[in-house]
Amino acid sequence: MTASSARPAGRSGPAGITAAGWGWRYAGRRAPAVHDVSFTIEPGQRVLLLGASGAGKSTLLAGIAGLLGGADEGDQTGALLVDGARPETQRGRVGLVLQDPDAGVVLSKVGDDVAFGCENLGVAASDIPARVAEALEAVGLDVPPGRATKALSGGQKQRLALAGVLAMRPGVLLLDEPTANLDPEGVREVRAAVEHAVAESGATLVVIEHRTEVWADLMDRVIVVGAEGGLLADGPPVEVFARVGDDLAAAGVWVPGRPIDLPVLAPAVTDGESALAASGLSVSRDRRTIVRAGLEVRVPRGAATGIVGPNGAGKSTLALTLAGLLPEAAGEVLAAPQLAGRSGRRPSRWTSRELLTRIGTVFQEPEHQFLAATVRDELAIGPRSRGVATADVDVIVDELLERLHLAPLALANPFTLSGGQKRRLSVATVLADAPPVIVLDEPTFGQDRRGWVELVALLQSEIAAGTTVVAVTHDDDVLRHLGAHRIDLGLPVPAGVAS
Amino acid sequence: MTAAVADVPAVDTRPAWLDGVNPVTKVVLALLLSVPLFASIDVTSALAAIVLQLACLPLTGLPVRTLLKRMLPIVVFAPVAGVSMLLYAEPGGRVYWSFGYATVSDDSIALAIAVCLRVVALALPTILLFGRTDPTELADALAQVAKLPSRFVLGVLAGTRTLGLFLDDWRSMGLARRARGVGDTGAIRRFFSMAFVLLVFAVRRGTKLATAMEARGFGSGIPRTWARPSRLHPRDAVAVLGGVAIMALAIGAAVAAGTFRFVWS
Amino acid sequence: MHASTPASATAAAAPATSHRLRWRVVDIVVAAVLGVAIGLVFWAWNTVGGTWFVAMDGLTPGLGGIAVGIWLIGGVIGGLVIRKPGAALLVEVIAALISMLIGNVWGVSTLFSGIVQGLGAELIFAVFLYRRFTLPVAMLAGVGAAVGAWVFELFYGSSPNILKTVEFNVIYLVSLVVSGALLAGLVGWFAVRALAATGALNRFAAGREARREV
Repeated sequence: MTASSARPAGRSGPAGITAAGWGWRYAGRRAPAVHDVSFTIEPGQRVLLLGASGAGKSTLLAGIAGLLGGADEGDQTGALLVDGARPETQRGRVGLVLQDPDAGVVLSKVGDDVAFGCENLGVAASDIPARVAEALEAVGLDVPPGRATKALSGGQKQRLALAGVLAMRPGVLLLDEPTANLDPEGVREVRAAVEHAVAESGATLVVIEHRTEVWADLMDRVIVVGAEGGLLADGPPVEVFARVGDDLAAAGVWVPGRPIDLPVLAPAVTDGESALAASGLSVSRDRRTIVRAGLEVRVPRGAATGIVGPNGAGKSTLALTLAGLLPEAAGEVLAAPQLAGRSGRRPSRWTSRELLTRIGTVFQEPEHQFLAATVRDELAIGPRSRGVATADVDVIVDELLERLHLAPLALANPFTLSGGQKRRLSVATVLADAPPVIVLDEPTFGQDRRGWVELVALLQSEIAAGTTVVAVTHDDDVLRHLGAHRIDLGLPVPAGVAS
Repeated sequence: MTAAVADVPAVDTRPAWLDGVNPVTKVVLALLLSVPLFASIDVTSALAAIVLQLACLPLTGLPVRTLLKRMLPIVVFAPVAGVSMLLYAEPGGRVYWSFGYATVSDDSIALAIAVCLRVVALALPTILLFGRTDPTELADALAQVAKLPSRFVLGVLAGTRTLGLFLDDWRSMGLARRARGVGDTGAIRRFFSMAFVLLVFAVRRGTKLATAMEARGFGSGIPRTWARPSRLHPRDAVAVLGGVAIMALAIGAAVAAGTFRFVWS
Repeated sequence: MHASTPASATAAAAPATSHRLRWRVVDIVVAAVLGVAIGLVFWAWNTVGGTWFVAMDGLTPGLGGIAVGIWLIGGVIGGLVIRKPGAALLVEVIAALISMLIGNVWGVSTLFSGIVQGLGAELIFAVFLYRRFTLPVAMLAGVGAAVGAWVFELFYGSSPNILKTVEFNVIYLVSLVVSGALLAGLVGWFAVRALAATGALNRFAAGREARREV
């Protein structure tokens, strides 16, 4: 049943990984992604893989999983072996979970998705339901097998991906930033699932994460990949953090025991003027299903406001409604009188041009906002559409490039930027038109430490200059550092349908 | 709370006769109920096909309301297709009106009506047959029964699941453009810009999905097993015979009424 | 496909041609997802271009063909990105299927026209042995798809054009060919180049060609 040329018969249990001077250069690039890496991971060990972004960690994991492709996709130097054989011949021995929860979902029902790996490996059809049930239990995903995968939350999707991998009974479990795109609850769920799964199966574990405090106590060993090649460190966590902790923090890793060096702003004064206010507000995405009703909202001017609450509570919908992008389902959002446009004080009635200079919005996915082919042009779009003279546009753009450390990327295509750079660019495009109100949807999502610090510092300077900031966020530290007034959406009220 | 992707209204969940028919048979039926109609343009065969297929509605398990809702755009569009035929068919019989290249004649009127009915008759099979088909079931059937290469069938199935994500992206991009000051004018330019970003997302998602699938052993050459076996049953033969009967009756009716008109004559 | 080779440190070099034209998993899945995205674009274009097409097609002798080009773009983009036999056909067919399933008025005919249009583009890429993917080839592929569409609508579809006058059909052919060359070929070629510039096509030859280090 599992007989094939690509899988050694009868191997099970944890697998060891050896690298000897291994390197990989993607075809079409000049510099190798990974260079001269050597280590031996014993079966059953738990390893945390760290390094600056661009150091090649994901490439290393892809190499261990045997997914880098053939000779036409790049050049390999040295050797990388799983259980003493090349990874491409070990399909099913190595399981990989990716960062993006949506990318790992293959089929539309939970049970089918988990069974996918077993089907590919030729497991007998009669054995598959048992394996699926076992895997779902191992990750604690308590949903019926017929549930639609698209209805799952981020944390559930990641656990589903993990279950799909565990159903193959792999010897190595590779996780590439599994919690980067999750809210705190999802992070906890996934962490618990991984711990349970590894304890039961004893598989070798290799995790890439910049949120080390979540994983540090589960790991036996930390390997730090150097950006210039080779390994910067390799040893028990305590020792590695003590030795290269500062370098790691500078590279964006959340190293335990190194607090953030930013001031904490005083809490906002809420009885002053408000930039935006609404009473009896109902918000909805499509005017038919009401997400939240009966909201009383005040956004104090010149200070930070945070919109918090669990998944599905309607935080993004509220933020977009306050920003004038979604029409209110009931009630009215009114802006302060000095912000009024030609049609009055309701942002949802303003034209796009009026909105540009009054309320800036930073979307959760920066790429939804990109319009141009270079970073420079991207920043120039707002000022140009306002009719600003070219020379002045250049001044504005240069200033922003400096302020947000994007100067070396001025001519790059926005889509080629890293996650942190894209976020900075999307914030910069909003700042180019100096709106008095800025609305951000999950600004620190998926950010490493460096990106986080830069963003919060930027928001603090904006608040100091008198800008009103509204942020949807799960991250309590952000709100604390901004001295934010909170709008708590609490538990979601059962949604009604508009009459 | 979850926005419906293609706005599918609630479907009757009791099992219908057609649910027991293998999806590959449904594909054969869809072809069977369409291709013969291509041969002739006339009112009788189209009308007979429509009536006979509608008579089979109870077998499909689709509520009448759903059917009407899906038929609406087609019924609205049919006359439009007819107009082109009305004006530009080869003239024949008495000519009523002429302007430039357009000529309205006896022949063109008859053809126009036939075309309207034909549009409806050709659109009906897919609505009736695939209103309740699960894509995964279809893919399983195509790979196991029709013996299409499983790499292609499953790869395409996995890829087509991204449709819902793209709809969300499209909506979000529209809002983002309003926020960036370009939402007032230039709908066509905005359309192309959004379409392009959708392509970027498409390639990226596809690449990531392919990696995830390969990581689960997909495409590795190991002989595959199927957790959801798909087989043919006697009911499939009955369905095919039913389809043949409908077509025979429809075309037979046209021949008997003398209105059968071969397209290329 | 990863055939097991004797354990050796460096990847063995298989014969270049068989590897070049063989479909990898990433080719299949990206073709499918591209098809879905383009199908969505078709469906959205139906509201912009469809109105024009319907109006023009109903009223003018064949000028409706001018808007049709976008519906031919699936084959061009598929062929240019994936560069394997059958890519143009597969992407155009999936795009047609998706636009049919989301809701359009032509039913099964959409699928057939998708097949024929995809074949038209595919033939052009095949003539060039899947080696040349320049702008003229892309525009020719657009023309190929357009001719395929014209031939199909001559005989099949809900209102076969063979019953209409010769003038209608000639004008329709010309407007289709122009639209195919420009809206499918030209726009498609630039779209793929812009796609490559975003770095999204790194696993494809199309992306590696256009790489520009900044």
